[in-house]
Amino acid sequence: MTRPGTGPAWTADELMEVNAARALAGARTCFVGIGLPSTAANLARRTANPGLVLVYESGAIGARPSRLPQSIGDGELADTADAVVSVPELFNYWLQPGRIDVGFLGAAQLDRHANINTTLVRTAPGRPDLRLPGAGGAPEIAAHCGEVLVVLRHTRRGLVPALDFVTSIGHGTGPGSRTRLGLPGRGPTAVITDLGILRPAPDTAELTLTDVHPGATPAQARAATGWDLRTAPVVRTTPEPTAAELAALRALKAGGAA
Amino acid sequence: MAEILTLRDAVAGLVHDGDTVAMEGFTHLIPFAAAHEVIRRGATDLTLVRMTPDLIYDQLIGAGLVRKLVFSWGGNPGVGSLHRFRDAVENGWPRPLEVEEHSHAGMANRYAAGAAGLPFAVLRGYRGTGLAARTPTVAPVTCPFTGEELAAVAAVNPDVAVVHAQQADRAGNVQFWGLTGVQKEAVLAARRSLVTVEEVVDELRPRPGAVVLPGWAVTAVAEVPGGAHPSYAAGYSVRDNAYYRDWDALSRDRAGFAAWLAEHVRGGAPR
Repeated sequence: MTRPGTGPAWTADELMEVNAARALAGARTCFVGIGLPSTAANLARRTANPGLVLVYESGAIGARPSRLPQSIGDGELADTADAVVSVPELFNYWLQPGRIDVGFLGAAQLDRHANINTTLVRTAPGRPDLRLPGAGGAPEIAAHCGEVLVVLRHTRRGLVPALDFVTSIGHGTGPGSRTRLGLPGRGPTAVITDLGILRPAPDTAELTLTDVHPGATPAQARAATGWDLRTAPVVRTTPEPTAAELAALRALKAGGAA
Repeated sequence: MAEILTLRDAVAGLVHDGDTVAMEGFTHLIPFAAAHEVIRRGATDLTLVRMTPDLIYDQLIGAGLVRKLVFSWGGNPGVGSLHRFRDAVENGWPRPLEVEEHSHAGMANRYAAGAAGLPFAVLRGYRGTGLAARTPTVAPVTCPFTGEELAAVAAVNPDVAVVHAQQADRAGNVQFWGLTGVQKEAVLAARRSLVTVEEVVDELRPRPGAVVLPGWAVTAVAEVPGGAHPSYAAGYSVRDNAYYRDWDALSRDRAGFAAWLAEHVRGGAPR
């Protein structure tokens, strides 16, 4: 869809959101965090996976919002849900036993083993830490969902060599970490950024660049990563967003029914 | 039986200096009007408990009434940071704020244990996170049947729970529906409870999925229409998303916040 002389017909954020939605193609159920994950999950329902069951930590199971919710507790989530349950029930009966296929999380900081920090960021010595919102549902979503997808913008501030705080566990310190910790889910299987997709290498569980989006390069992704990012032997290019994907995404973000 | 009081009398009778107070409502049914009455009354040195501090605790923290915050997610939902909360944690303004933080699953279970009269709850949580190391109300516990190591979280038993509901009847029986969050657990875990309601009705009509709290399990009910604004009460109001967005700029600096507090809360009429 690139027209000569006009540049691409999409933004880097749109590439991230479209690819995040595509990553939900095979899932039955998704535990949805607010922000980018919610955009991706709602887009998936309009494109790659119309039957996807959205689970929100506010207690809405099977929500079908007609527009992008502003918060995880918007009234429309309850009004359109298959079931509305209390918060203790949601975490204890629905998340903890492993009933949810995919957990979709954002991150302020992410390390090479896809561990997540959403709690605090250290600044200069003697200066106070920057306070972030904290854990929310993420530690147990990361532990108990069948697998975890992470979506965040690709910057050196976000993809860091060492987390300032471990809020939610991805692959710990490498292979075997999740088993030792007794974490039932498979952990992060893909990290979707605005430059491409990182996946844990099968032998090291270290995030490796497997895909770049149209127009992005592996060198660009490496430069925007705070550790020495490895690249797969063959780095694929994600398919260009289709007109239908872009139309659905833009309608969703414009607040219109879609 | 719950007493039906004015908001002013209910807050004066139930919320005291130094209390541990849980104002609950997960995005929906957040008891803002009661919090504003607490600010007008000036009850201070509070320990506030809440899963998502939201704007309601940002306002109480900025007003200088809070000594300690117990929580699991402290952001402005869908918008960004809570600036008054951050200013208190990062800079100690207007006073230092002690924090005790959990995950949502942990907080939900702490309330459930409190409601059940148990000293702690058990969950498969916190594994590998940095939270357990710095939160004294999380500890490992071994299952006596399987040997599995699990997380124990201490029960939370607030002095007062404050929640907002759609309806109560004249005997103080309370009914709320939609996203019901953790309010039932918070009320049953607390020593005293205040429920503000959209309306007091002659008879409660059963609603699908509603939570009913018998009047004898509630200390006081106050009729406060719109008492959840800028959050909402399903069937009565919608969430004021613009208020949440505007709060970001309004609360960013101390002077702007102080002006808002003086005009909209301290200058507001008691209800």
